Amino acid sequence: MSSTLPVSHPSHRSIEKVSGRAMTNPPPARVPRTGPFVDRLFGWAAKGAALLTLSLLVAILGSLVVGAWPALDKFGLGFLTSTTWDPVKEDFGGLVMIYGTLATSIIALVIAVPVSFGIALFLTELSPAWLKRPLGTAIELLAAVPSIVYGMWGLLVFGPILATWVQKPLQALLGGIPVLGALVSGPPVGIGILSAGIILAIMIIPFIASVMRDVFEVTPPMLKESAYGLGATTWEVVSTIVLPYTKAGVIGGIMLGLGRALGETMAVTFVIGNMNQLDSLSLFQAANSITSALANEFAEAGEGLHQASLIYLGLVLFFITFVVLTLSKILLAQLRKGEGKKS
Amino acid sequence: MKTTFKFAVGSLMGLTALSFSLSALAQDVTGAGATFPAPLYAKWASDYNKATGVKINYQSVGSGAGIKQIDAKTVAFGASDMPLKDEELAKKGQIQFPTVIGGVVPVINVKGINPGQLKLSGQVLGDIYLGKITKWNDPAIKALNPGLALPDADIAAVRRADGSGTSFIFTNYLSKVNPEWKSKVGEGTAVNWPVGAGGKGNEGVAAFVNRLPNSIGYVEYAYVKQNKMNYALMQNAAGTFVAPDDSAFKAAAAGADWSKSFYQILTNQPGKDAWPLTGATFILMHKTQDKPAEAASTLKFFDWAYKHGDKTAEDLEYVAMPAVVKTQVEKAWGEVKDASGKPVAYK
Repeated sequence: MSSTLPVSHPSHRSIEKVSGRAMTNPPPARVPRTGPFVDRLFGWAAKGAALLTLSLLVAILGSLVVGAWPALDKFGLGFLTSTTWDPVKEDFGGLVMIYGTLATSIIALVIAVPVSFGIALFLTELSPAWLKRPLGTAIELLAAVPSIVYGMWGLLVFGPILATWVQKPLQALLGGIPVLGALVSGPPVGIGILSAGIILAIMIIPFIASVMRDVFEVTPPMLKESAYGLGATTWEVVSTIVLPYTKAGVIGGIMLGLGRALGETMAVTFVIGNMNQLDSLSLFQAANSITSALANEFAEAGEGLHQASLIYLGLVLFFITFVVLTLSKILLAQLRKGEGKKS
Repeated sequence: MKTTFKFAVGSLMGLTALSFSLSALAQDVTGAGATFPAPLYAKWASDYNKATGVKINYQSVGSGAGIKQIDAKTVAFGASDMPLKDEELAKKGQIQFPTVIGGVVPVINVKGINPGQLKLSGQVLGDIYLGKITKWNDPAIKALNPGLALPDADIAAVRRADGSGTSFIFTNYLSKVNPEWKSKVGEGTAVNWPVGAGGKGNEGVAAFVNRLPNSIGYVEYAYVKQNKMNYALMQNAAGTFVAPDDSAFKAAAAGADWSKSFYQILTNQPGKDAWPLTGATFILMHKTQDKPAEAASTLKFFDWAYKHGDKTAEDLEYVAMPAVVKTQVEKAWGEVKDASGKPVAYK
């Protein structure tokens, strides 16, 4: 089709132009050039910065292993499945904290991802132009609130509300049902796994939402306009054009939020209840998380097994984060494989 | 532009030189440790700074961390709420001395019961925290409180989540008076709590108790006073029920014999006015000093605090050490020596 049209050669023209200017114009003022030595120096500096990060990572891992060695030696992998945490008798196991960390983070993601997606979608596709900027800034401001403020708010304001308006009605509703009833058993005091998960969700929403919004915005308008032109609804545009185009960024944003949820300390400490028990898997039961245990006990832990076990917990958290990152990379690779296929 | 820069550098150098010469005259001191006496040490330090110009930096990092830092000699003095045993001190080559006394108080939030109305014994308190007594109208509590309308409600026990000297005093007391507590849980700054939600710090526990109906917790006396919390009376070793106040803490301190060793845990002391949950807080120093000037400065500070700091301590709801004990401590300071074996001069 294009061969029948008269073809102009823009490339030719531009070359002529450039060469013509080069002929007539005076040579540009001489900029002192950097020698090859400076170039190499810069190369080394850049390489050094990258290696420094890598060596820091290895050093952290190394010092964690060294610090945790007494506990690693004594408890081995049994540490991961034991629920005892007794500083007096020096018998330690980390399952309670590991469960608490994973459960609160999963609850946080389950709540935060759909909400963040809604926020990002509204800001990029639906919001009137005048509202975009103030609303976007407001959401980003949420990320600047110190975590202890979320913690205090969770304990003093949100906890009682959750207890009276969510936990008590849920218990009344699900009390007799076997599995669901067990999930909501326990004293309705507004602290525990669920409250910690919800507070974490509120904390990570700004991160996930702003990353999602930024990547949604870089979707080429041409693609979206074409889809709209073909009669697609907003939802169809988002689900078939925007999301596939931005999936790497979206997953990156979710992982950023998950990383923050796994590592959050102060806010969790206030609302999780800090109790080393796993007798009941109820969402309303007080529990503990890795970071919360570290924050609470590290300062007063004497040398020896107690401290080593806390460092062991830190090592476990390091490992969990590593696994999460690896899984997200694998997920992305899987998604890329499916690219271009008809669905 | 250049001259301003030069001027700035010049004045900066001058200032640095000035501060160097000042610190040579009066040695600044850094200490670290327990959080319980931290507000008092900070106030003492600022008063002392006004009086003498010497700066005392106190890092409130927790007793355990304070002990670690003094062992590593990164600070001039360490502070701990838990006294070290004499043989451990001898092994480390350190001395310890008490500075002030404080009390731990059980606080409750039960509708219809006013401050000081509820009476508890160590046995009952231990059983509550063991999870054996779960209702407020349990016969054991009723027996101690005839005539008090106790609700048929679950007890929500609250305790410290972080390791702390407050928990040490609390669990040490329960170990002394409740045999089952001693065998099952034991004592320490952090223990394996059978029941109870954990609050972070005194403020965390206080917030929990104020918020949760039918709860019980324990906090330092200052928190009870400042927040007007609902406290319980405790039965002491002599069998009388006492209210927590300065005189009850003093009575507990008077019951101890400080003359042989400063390793005194003031829980469950004899004496009919003694508050059973009392504890002193301690300072740790090395006996042989590599930096005698710094040690002298430290001792001068605590000497000043003993002489002029009692009023400040009382304002902040701590109890000053009895005069007899202060004299004994001053005698012990003679053991702090420089490398040549000469006592550090602090007077």
